[in-house]
Amino acid sequence: MAEARVLTIRAFRHDPADQGSVPRLQDYTVTEEPGMNLFTALHRIRDEQDPSIAFDFSCRSAVCGSCGMLVNGKPRLACRTLTRDLPALIQLMPMPVFRLIRDLSVDTGVWFRGMNGRIESWLHEARPFDPTAPEERMDQATAEKVYDADRCIECGLCVAGCATAAMRPGFLGAAGLNRIGRFVLDPRDTRSAADFSVLSTGEGVFGCLGLLGCHDYCPKDLPLRERFAYLRRSLAWNLLGLGGRKR
Amino acid sequence: MTVDTRETDVLVIGGGLAGERCAVEAASRGRRVLVVSLVPPRRSHSCGAQGGMQAALGQVAKGYGDSPDIHFADTVRGADWGCDQDIVRRFVDLAPVAVRQMAAWGVPWNRVVPGRRTLPSGESVEERPEFAGLIAARDFGGTAKWRACHTADGTGHALLYALDGQVLRLGLEVLDRTEAVALIHDGGRCHGAVVRDLRTGALTACTARATVIATGGYGRLYGASTNAMINDGTGMVIALDTGVVALGNMEAVQFHPTALAPQNILITEGCRGDGGHLLDRSLHRFMPDYEPARAELASRDVVARRMTQHLRAGHGVEAPGGAHLWLDVRHLGRAHLETALREVTGICRTIAGLDPVTALIPVWPAQHYSMGGVRTDPDGRVPGLAGLYAAGEAACWDLHGFNRLGGNSLAETLVMGGITGSAVAADLEAPAAPPPAELAASCVGVQEDRIRRFASGTEGSECVHDLRRAMEGILLEHAGVFRTGAGLREAVDALADLAGRAARLGPRGGRTSAAGGADPETSAALRLPGQLRLAATIAAGALAREESRGSHFREDFPRRDDARWLVRTLATWEPGAQGPSLSYEPVRVTELPPGDRGYGEGSAGGVKRG
Repeated sequence: MAEARVLTIRAFRHDPADQGSVPRLQDYTVTEEPGMNLFTALHRIRDEQDPSIAFDFSCRSAVCGSCGMLVNGKPRLACRTLTRDLPALIQLMPMPVFRLIRDLSVDTGVWFRGMNGRIESWLHEARPFDPTAPEERMDQATAEKVYDADRCIECGLCVAGCATAAMRPGFLGAAGLNRIGRFVLDPRDTRSAADFSVLSTGEGVFGCLGLLGCHDYCPKDLPLRERFAYLRRSLAWNLLGLGGRKR
Repeated sequence: MTVDTRETDVLVIGGGLAGERCAVEAASRGRRVLVVSLVPPRRSHSCGAQGGMQAALGQVAKGYGDSPDIHFADTVRGADWGCDQDIVRRFVDLAPVAVRQMAAWGVPWNRVVPGRRTLPSGESVEERPEFAGLIAARDFGGTAKWRACHTADGTGHALLYALDGQVLRLGLEVLDRTEAVALIHDGGRCHGAVVRDLRTGALTACTARATVIATGGYGRLYGASTNAMINDGTGMVIALDTGVVALGNMEAVQFHPTALAPQNILITEGCRGDGGHLLDRSLHRFMPDYEPARAELASRDVVARRMTQHLRAGHGVEAPGGAHLWLDVRHLGRAHLETALREVTGICRTIAGLDPVTALIPVWPAQHYSMGGVRTDPDGRVPGLAGLYAAGEAACWDLHGFNRLGGNSLAETLVMGGITGSAVAADLEAPAAPPPAELAASCVGVQEDRIRRFASGTEGSECVHDLRRAMEGILLEHAGVFRTGAGLREAVDALADLAGRAARLGPRGGRTSAAGGADPETSAALRLPGQLRLAATIAAGALAREESRGSHFREDFPRRDDARWLVRTLATWEPGAQGPSLSYEPVRVTELPPGDRGYGEGSAGGVKRG
């Protein structure tokens, strides 16, 4: 068996709350193990070398969306990034756009709460729930389509990899546009694309420059490019009165 | 002393499904609600639930004729009669409403497709046209009918996002990255909690007339767990630390049969429900040898035990991380794996680097769920401390007894969350005295003092991460799938030794913050002593219970003993005491007297081997 690699993890360190803190890069060395990912490597560093380094993990399986960071310049979920796919020097930076908390930890939660509030990210149902009635029917193909859009885990990689989001603070980002698509696709929601007033503005789907970093970096492989096309088309149909209006 | 203070009607600790469901119910009944959560609510561990939510809808071919009565019997047998049957009855009657409520809030449940189809077992079934488009279900372990409603294998995610949408709609305030570190109480009534902002380290006294603990489980106390990193048990700790409320059945710990080896990531029971098999090193399907009636779909405690037994007999696949078994889903086919099991397929491909369409999945049992928790009454109230409530995995309601059926936890979060929220709202009708002056400030002061002492480095130089890892190893070794009196005694002693060392914690990392507040080492150091008390409570309860019931299997007492042990363990911990005080109360048997589970070692249909 080949000699195990010694990895250098070069991590961004800074605490904005500490007046004396200067942003810097700090090197740690870790011996690579079979199947090692950045979750394992960073915890090894925190447990054995430097208990003070801050980063966020929770589920370890790419469903909670906590551990986004820039890995050698690209937004990735650290828990699903295997070290064997990386060179021996691994530079870790916090995701841009989101507010830095410290080191590799950024405030994605507040950003997403704001976005979800703006687009009223809850089902706008036509009638109140009747606990004595059976559920409304839906065909399985539609249920799968809605779930396919619902799967976004709000990790923020799409926002961190987006030129528009970096330049325009109000931009909804691919995650926000996808979430709108989820409600437009859902026949139980009364809203059509044109009912989302932000959608047709520069903070909505027309703010997208088409660079599609989001599509490349999405850890859930959401079809974001197709989603934007669907939203633009739906908007056009709605606004030109050609159809697609739910009410 | 002045302290930062917030005031609300209802303080909900935990932003997962149970906490948010409770918050939504209390708020929609006009109460002011504040939610605190370790992480943004959508990142709660509820999002990790994969396979399904049990509710007797009876709308799929293999579920026709299902009813709350059958769901009741399955749940009681699954619990090995260790549950309260009046709670089970209430739960099974409300679970279908909860599924439909979540549909109305937007969950894209998988739906019935009418027509004839052949199952992986070769059986042919006909889905009737009158159920077309209604909510479908899949098979899960320990159930007589197909009852697990699901959205592919991302059920927890879909539920959590839909429910969090309702929290947004109601405009509820949520403080994320916030940890409750102590309850504010006067020995008779709970008045809220001291919370710590994990961004800044600042402490706030959140005073409330009703406080709800909905913090989920404590899986991270174990060295091998499917739980998320945030499942550190602190919600149960702050209840135990009052000295006046009890934790129920803490020795009842579930091990999930199929954790991905060696990463310990959950691989849903839906894989077996949909037709997957467990294989050993000879690629032999071994479960039918042990469990002819249910094979891979016996209850989780039984499957985890049979797998461990098979591994001990040397039938495991040797690997650098330890011996494992195989989960085979290849025969389900690409189309099925990429739709109904798409999340698990993704986990295998990206985290394990294998494709389950063509490759076997390495699995072993790992800690997964806590049946035990803060003991409540049927409405979620915590006896012993007025104004305190608990819901979901953090609670011992007691629906699950000594083994929870797969799919019953998602259903419990929503059913019990709703019940607790409405109890909270109703209880607030009664007038209540404000908290005694200075109580909140003194509770904050205690925590400030702990932080100051740790940061000063004068307590000692024990490293929190070393002690935490030692604790994880002790529980895994001695309070695991199989237990013995000798091993548990060793665990109790070793944990007491660690508790002594934990009084001498000191910082090892250089402070990056002048405030010395929010760094991860301080957070871990604040948690550890309580976690050690929780671990000791698990070990002590397991040592005392000299029988085998559900997930609690004593090799030195391998039979269920209803004459002595048809009781629930209640553990309290006097402040300053060296260990927990254990007492017992009978479980409520209202409908189904103790009998044969129909699977497992104690069943007449079971076969002994190995």
